[in-house]
Parts: sequence; C-alpha cells; structure tokens
Amino acid sequence: MNDNTAMNALGSAPMMANGRPPSVSVQGLALNYGSVKVLEKLDLDIGEGEFLVLLGPSGCGKSTLLNCIAGLLEPSQGKVFIKGKNVTWEEPKDRGIGMVFQSYALYPQMTVEGNLSFGLRVARLPKAEIARRVARAAEILQLEPLLKRKPTALSGGQRQRVAIGRALVRDVDVFLFDEPLSNLDAKLRAELRVEIKRLHQKLGNTMIYVTHDQIEALTLADRIAVMKSGVIQQLDEPLTIYNRPRNRYVAGFIGSPSMNFVKARIAGSPGQPLLLLGDLTLPLTGYEYARPLIAGTDVEFGVRPEHLRLGTGAEDGSSDPVEAVVDLVEPMGSDSLVWLKVGGQVLSARAESSQRFSPGQKVLVRFRVALASLFDATTGERL
Amino acid sequence: MSASQAIDRNIGAEGPKPKRFFDPARWGVYSFLIITAAYFLIPLYIVIITSVKDLDTIRDGNIFFPPAHPTLAPWFKAWFTACTGLECRGISPNFWNSVIITVPSVIVSIAVALTTGYSLANWPFKFSEGFFTVLIVGSFIPYQVMLYPMVLLTKNMGIYSTLYAVIFVHTVFGLPILTLLFRNYFSSLPVELFKAARVDGAGFWRILLQIFLPMSLPILVVAVILQVTGIWNDFLFGVVFAGLKNYPMTVKLNNMFTSTQGVKEYNVEMAATLLTGSIPLALYFFSGRYFVRGIAAGAVKG
Repeated sequence: MNDNTAMNALGSAPMMANGRPPSVSVQGLALNYGSVKVLEKLDLDIGEGEFLVLLGPSGCGKSTLLNCIAGLLEPSQGKVFIKGKNVTWEEPKDRGIGMVFQSYALYPQMTVEGNLSFGLRVARLPKAEIARRVARAAEILQLEPLLKRKPTALSGGQRQRVAIGRALVRDVDVFLFDEPLSNLDAKLRAELRVEIKRLHQKLGNTMIYVTHDQIEALTLADRIAVMKSGVIQQLDEPLTIYNRPRNRYVAGFIGSPSMNFVKARIAGSPGQPLLLLGDLTLPLTGYEYARPLIAGTDVEFGVRPEHLRLGTGAEDGSSDPVEAVVDLVEPMGSDSLVWLKVGGQVLSARAESSQRFSPGQKVLVRFRVALASLFDATTGERL
Repeated sequence: MSASQAIDRNIGAEGPKPKRFFDPARWGVYSFLIITAAYFLIPLYIVIITSVKDLDTIRDGNIFFPPAHPTLAPWFKAWFTACTGLECRGISPNFWNSVIITVPSVIVSIAVALTTGYSLANWPFKFSEGFFTVLIVGSFIPYQVMLYPMVLLTKNMGIYSTLYAVIFVHTVFGLPILTLLFRNYFSSLPVELFKAARVDGAGFWRILLQIFLPMSLPILVVAVILQVTGIWNDFLFGVVFAGLKNYPMTVKLNNMFTSTQGVKEYNVEMAATLLTGSIPLALYFFSGRYFVRGIAAGAVKG
C-alpha cells in the first residue's frame, strides 16, 4: 500500500487529454510467455463513464489485456491504474472491478441469489446490505422470479443476466466484459446487446468490453480499440474507425460486407491528384489526405460496397460513371450485394434490393472517392 | 437385382426399418456376454455354496450342487474361532485391523491429493509443470523398489511393525495417482469459474471448499473406490510393515490357507474368503453408478 501511494506522489498518476483523470489507465503494459509477446508496451486511458470496446481477432491479446486490468494475469512490465490508484500489485477483489465472462462462470451448486451474493458474503457485508444490493440488481436485470433457481434451470440469456448481476452487486466503478455474448444465439445476442447498452446509459459506469464481433463493437462503444498481435492499431470513435481507418488492417477488419481493395497508383500533380486503377483514371476530388500524395506511389485503394453507386444519379464527391459488368448477386433482404467486374477487377457494391440485377448485365457505377481510403502499398498506412 | 425390383421394395418403405429377430451380430454379442459372465460367476457360485456346506457334504464331491441342508456354522467359525497355528480367534481381529488401516489412509490421502491437485491445476508456481511430471513418473515406479527404503524410514520413525506404518505407507503411495486424478479433474473445470471466484474475493481455501469441492462428488467417489479397494486388498505392505500381531485381513486369510494342520476345512476357508471380499464388493454395489459417472466426468461439459 505504501508503495502505491509513493508512486502516486511521484506524479505518475495519469491525466487524460480533457484534463480529467481517467477511470482506468494502462501504462507501458507488456506480457510475454517466454519469447512470445502477447502484449507489447501498451498504453491506454479510459475516461470516467466511457464504454470502451477492445476489438480484434482471436489471439490478438484483447482478453489478455482485460485479464491484466482485472488482476487475473500478472503483466511482465507496466502499470495499471484504476481511479487514479496504482493497482498493479492488488488482488482482483481490491481493484473495484466487476467481471462478466463468456461462459457465464456461474457457481453451479448455488441458486441465483447465492451466486449474486457470494462476493458480498466473502466480503462479510451486513445481511441487510447484501439483501438490498441483491434486490436492486435483480430488479434492474429482471431476475426476481429466478432468484431461487439453480443455474442449470436457466436459459443462456438468463444465465448471462445473472453473471452481469454478479458484477452489478459489487457496486464497483469499472465493469469488465470478456466476450459476454459469444455463447448466445444470434437473436438473444441482439437482445442482450441492447440491454447492456441500456444498462450503461442507466448506471454510467466505466465499461471495458472485449469482443471479436464488429457489430457489437460499433453499436456499443463510445470508443473502439482495434487490436492486432498485442498492439492497438487504432483507438477512435466507431464512425471514425469505420470511415477513416488508420491502416489497411483496420479497414479490412471493420465492415461487413468488407471493404474492396484494389492495387492502384497515384498520378497527376499534388494539387490535382489522380488515381490509376488499371485502365481507369479517377480524379481524387474531395479526398482528405492524411499526408501529401506523391505521384508514382503504389497504393491500395479501399472502397466500401455502399460507396459504389449503381445507376446514373450523381452525388457529392462521386466520380464520373464507369462501365461495369454484373458478375454475381447476393440478395440480403434489406439490400443486395452486387459483384461487379470493373476494368479487370472484381468489386462488390451495395444496392437497394428493389433494384434488380442479373449476371452479365452491363451497368454504370460511380465511386464515391471522398469516402474511400488510400493506403500505402508497402506500409499499409493511410495516405 | 434389377432396377424395377429395387423400386418396388422402396415403395412400401415407411417409418423405422424392421429388425430381424435372428440377427447374427446381435446373437454373437449376447453369447459372448453370457460366456464372459459365466466365466466370472461360476467360481463365485462354487465358493458361496461350498461355504454353506458341512464337511461331509463336501467330501461327497458334486461341487456344483447346492447342499440339501445349508449351514452357517462355517461362517461363524471363520469369523470367531478359526485357527492359524496356535491362535484360534478367527478372522475378526484382522477385519478390524484392515478397517483401522483403510479409513485413515483413505481420508488423509484424498484430502492431501485434493489440495495438491487443485493447486497444481489452478495456482501455478515456478516449476509446477516440472513438479507434476515428477509426480507422474513417481506413480509408475514399482512399489518393490521402494520397499527397503520404506522399511528403513519407518524404522527410523519408530513406527515399524505397527498399524501406523501401514497407514503411512498407503497414504504416501496413494498420493501420486490421486493427485494426478484431482489435478486433471480440476483442469477440466472451466477456468472462468475460478477467475469469477477470484474477482468475488474468494481465496485459495474458499474456492476449493465452497466452489470446487461441491462440484467434485463424482471424482471423490472414484478416488474413494480406488483407495478403499486398493488398500483393503493390499497384501504386500500388510506383510512387510504391520508386524505379526497387526496383520490385515488379506494376510490372515492367506495364513489360514497355508498353516492348517489335519483336515482341510474348505467351507471355513470359503466363508473367510467371502468375508474378506465383502467390503470391496459392497462398495462397488453401492457406488458403481457414481463410479461410471466420475470416470466419464472429464468428457462431459459442465
């Protein structure tokens, strides 16, 4: 304890850009298993009441990071602060966190009430206080009729609600979710996603949420941290991540159906850059550069299916129409994904499902270049 | 078969396919099972009927026929008055020796192995994997190799030739295999359960006693069966460590067979055999269901 206060006194207690102390702060966190680096020198500040989603494929270190914040894994290097207090050496129970797991992890031999109250009984809280907190959690999560049941008598969604309740009764500042919806079927997942969002609005706690599902990330998050191989690739608001991905990896990971990538080359003058796409030439009017474009650079041109417009109607920032041939149509209900052959490349475009296309049909397509992304072909960085 | 025949046959097909009564594969299986059962049950049958015959009936031969006038006298004699050498107190004192050996060594070895298995599975320490490997290797070393060192050890501890020595040896030799059993069982439990309990503030003992132990009934039953039968049926350690006055039941039974003078009392010997085997047999009867469940427990998702 003394060490912690001493470290705080040394001025390592972090501040966020807005001048307020972060709720959770991770500084220089690294974790290796022998020579395998799971996390590399990772820094992350999460604001009070923020909903942060850690997003990435399996094995990217997102769950490891969460476990380090929870105190269930020991980092090889670095510090973890929660509420301005260095908790790097603290036990999980002393960190002021509640955690929800993918497999629910309910104690099978205890009733729902027993599961909710276990942590409070361990902490030797007075009986009346335990009853009050359990009643409140049960009310918020609509668990009252289930309190006397054992976990085996509950459905998957109910089990996960109990697991959330177990974090809720702890009256903590920070909630940690480790892929909480991954074991549920699609319909329940959508329902519980809404419930979690509503819970966050109601409680206003800091929440850190690990998932590999980009829809969950986009719908729930205030900010998303996209991770790969133990490194945060981009930390931004969901729409920024979607519209202005910082590199090729983030662009390809986010979005379903995923972004089209085409090898291309920059031409023209710095004031009036052009994009050479095989036989096609697209003027890059309206594109916001991250850095000046130099003619002759090899790039990857990334454009989302909804930014390919089929038909003749011109919009802001769209190119002149280009001829294309329909290759394949995937109807998806609300809209259809149309695969096109454009200048020797195959690209997908999103079209209204009322528009009918058949393979072999010739169509005109416009690129909304202003909303597309350019990446350096060698580094993968956004240009 | 022509195409039209095949079509005709399939037109009437509906619902479950009819089964033939004389299915050769099925009859093969049944006859194998019946022969195997007879192989084990016939000797048991002979032991039981011989134990309730008097000596005259036995002398008549006909070992397969039950006696006309069954008697329990051989059972009483085996229990209370049968002689080995000059001592004529039956097998009952040795029954109690076996009980005194079995109960504490089963309890202590399971309690210790439960704790070590749990800590190996959930609280890894430096070299814990290496420690576990040593343990596995240890469980494959034949007991005979350890016999002489163990005699010296118990002598130095001052418990050689007492029941304490037998209890000590059984407890120690039970640990490797039991630790392996519990370690694997706890490793098969979802690790998130352990993490959730830690977030809830439970420590080493509370997680073991309040979360894991209530989930361990199947594997506890397996451990109890393994240990009770193993220790009760043991002969070697009983002969070596117990000393003349403290022989367990198995050793006494053997001495009854080998040291009789005069008439060989087959009926008494059979009764003593059944008495000795009754404890493991009863255990299997009452806990067989749990045993199967425990063996399969690792394969089933909680």
